[in-house]
Amino acid sequence: MTTLTRAARDSGTMLGRQLRHMLRYPSMTLMLVGMPIILLLLFVYVFGGAMGAGPGTMGAGPGTASGSRTEYLHYVIPGIVLMTVASAAQGTAISVAMDMTEGIVARFRTMDIARVSVLTGHVVGALIQSMLSVALVLLVAVLIGFRPTATLGEWLAAAGLLLLVSFALTWLSVALGLVADTVETASNTPMGLMLLPFLSSGFVPTDTLPVVLRWFAEYQPFTPIIETLRGLLLGTEIGGNGVLAVAWCAGISLAAYLWAKRLYNRDPAR
Amino acid sequence: MTPPEPQAAIAATGLRKSFGTHVVLDGIDLDIPAGTVFSLLGPNGAGKTTMVKILSTLIRADSGQARIFGRDLDREPDRVRAAIGVTGQYSAVDGLLTGAENLMLMGRLHGLGRGRARRRSTELLERFDLADAASKPASTYSGGMRRRLDLAMTLVGGPRLIFLDEPTTGLDPRSRRGMWEIVRELVSEGVTVFLTTQYLEEADQLADRIAVLDRGRLIAEGTPNELKRLIPGGHIRLHFAQADALDSAERALGGSRDDEALVLQVPSDGGLASLRALLDRIDGASLKVEELSVHTPDLDDVYLSLTGRSGTEQKAAAR
Repeated sequence: MTTLTRAARDSGTMLGRQLRHMLRYPSMTLMLVGMPIILLLLFVYVFGGAMGAGPGTMGAGPGTASGSRTEYLHYVIPGIVLMTVASAAQGTAISVAMDMTEGIVARFRTMDIARVSVLTGHVVGALIQSMLSVALVLLVAVLIGFRPTATLGEWLAAAGLLLLVSFALTWLSVALGLVADTVETASNTPMGLMLLPFLSSGFVPTDTLPVVLRWFAEYQPFTPIIETLRGLLLGTEIGGNGVLAVAWCAGISLAAYLWAKRLYNRDPAR
Repeated sequence: MTPPEPQAAIAATGLRKSFGTHVVLDGIDLDIPAGTVFSLLGPNGAGKTTMVKILSTLIRADSGQARIFGRDLDREPDRVRAAIGVTGQYSAVDGLLTGAENLMLMGRLHGLGRGRARRRSTELLERFDLADAASKPASTYSGGMRRRLDLAMTLVGGPRLIFLDEPTTGLDPRSRRGMWEIVRELVSEGVTVFLTTQYLEEADQLADRIAVLDRGRLIAEGTPNELKRLIPGGHIRLHFAQADALDSAERALGGSRDDEALVLQVPSDGGLASLRALLDRIDGASLKVEELSVHTPDLDDVYLSLTGRSGTEQKAAAR
């Protein structure tokens, strides 16, 4: 058997283990998908009436509160979807860290199996969970009035982009889960990933931000990703954001993968 | 029963490992023939687990060489992994999966097809008395059950060498005896066992050879009996019916007397020759001995004699 088919077979086995975990421990899955849905409802129903499609910019002219609420719903969806992906990634960091504290991973390390399969099992499991979460969030959004203009091709491109983002953030979370000494740390460090969408164009247009924040928001990876997603779903201008988004994802994926692999292969000197 | 293999199961020279400035293993040599039980005896903190981690490819030694069935640990770790199984002190089971699923997982990772993996799981669940709990999550198992499941998982791939790192620590006496039975069965099937323990009795019960680990060095090695003979303190107890018999025995043989128990203790290494000499002197003096018993020192005495500290003191020192 070649190394690659071996790795694929072992990763498949590990994925099976991961999926069983999700079924056995559904409270975590529910929490991870519940959070973005709650935020969605909060933003749309609490802030939405006042915000429109971003204060002072696209929401020009006086409109009814419910009209601007729908406008803001459309504006905020890409950000919420990204938070959903980030939230699922946070779950990965927790489950990787939990795994590392259990003896079972020490057992895997002493077995003649493809080493990386322990991690790829987590990653593929997280991708599946993340895509299901995104689907659920979008469903809720449609139920409360979200009407995307995307064509089939644009939907596919959006799904591809989200897979890329999810892949990048998941590998990053795997590394964060590995580097954390405790499960608590692992559940806290990826919080940053949850907060980053707030400091982007996801919830308010960046030019409403104070200058330092605006600078940060314009150059951080979530902004081009969110703008690309917005363009695909709602037909706004994408411009150079598409290339930037893909480049960010590829860069983060590669760096995080190498980091995670190194962390996993180091001597477990605990 | 498989015929003994000519190759050494474990051959190691000069293994060293430190964590920072703390030297855990300080030049360990091992030569363990296949098909035998080797016990590494030492208190907590002596370096036993580090030894197992190195030999099972979990961590690398700082220096020194080791081969498992002729395969170098550093150069062919995967060949080594294919030959070994490890059951650690902290059980390596997946708590969210059921017992059967844990075993299936191992079967699949060992490349068994679904059907064969399932048959192997069922067989092991029966053998380890876990069939009733097969479909319950492992997190609900008792300590003894977890340990049995752990060992069963180790056996799925049919390893030739098994590392048992303190397999009975924390188990009740009944579970401990059950574990011993299982180890004896494995050995009868030709499996080599590397056992670490802090229980002197356990090493005495199971091992063909024992090595005593103290502060990163092997301070003694041999069969249980050889180790016991290494140290003074062995004696023969002679029990008498009357005080005057005890008196005449003391005159003839020397030794120390216990008037209340009517017992005379005569120093002896427990060997056959010294026993025969003693019996001759008993006959020569026409002594009427009611009962004779040979007291060989137990492994606690081994510790005391080898390190000047008892096993319990060592534990305290290591903390």
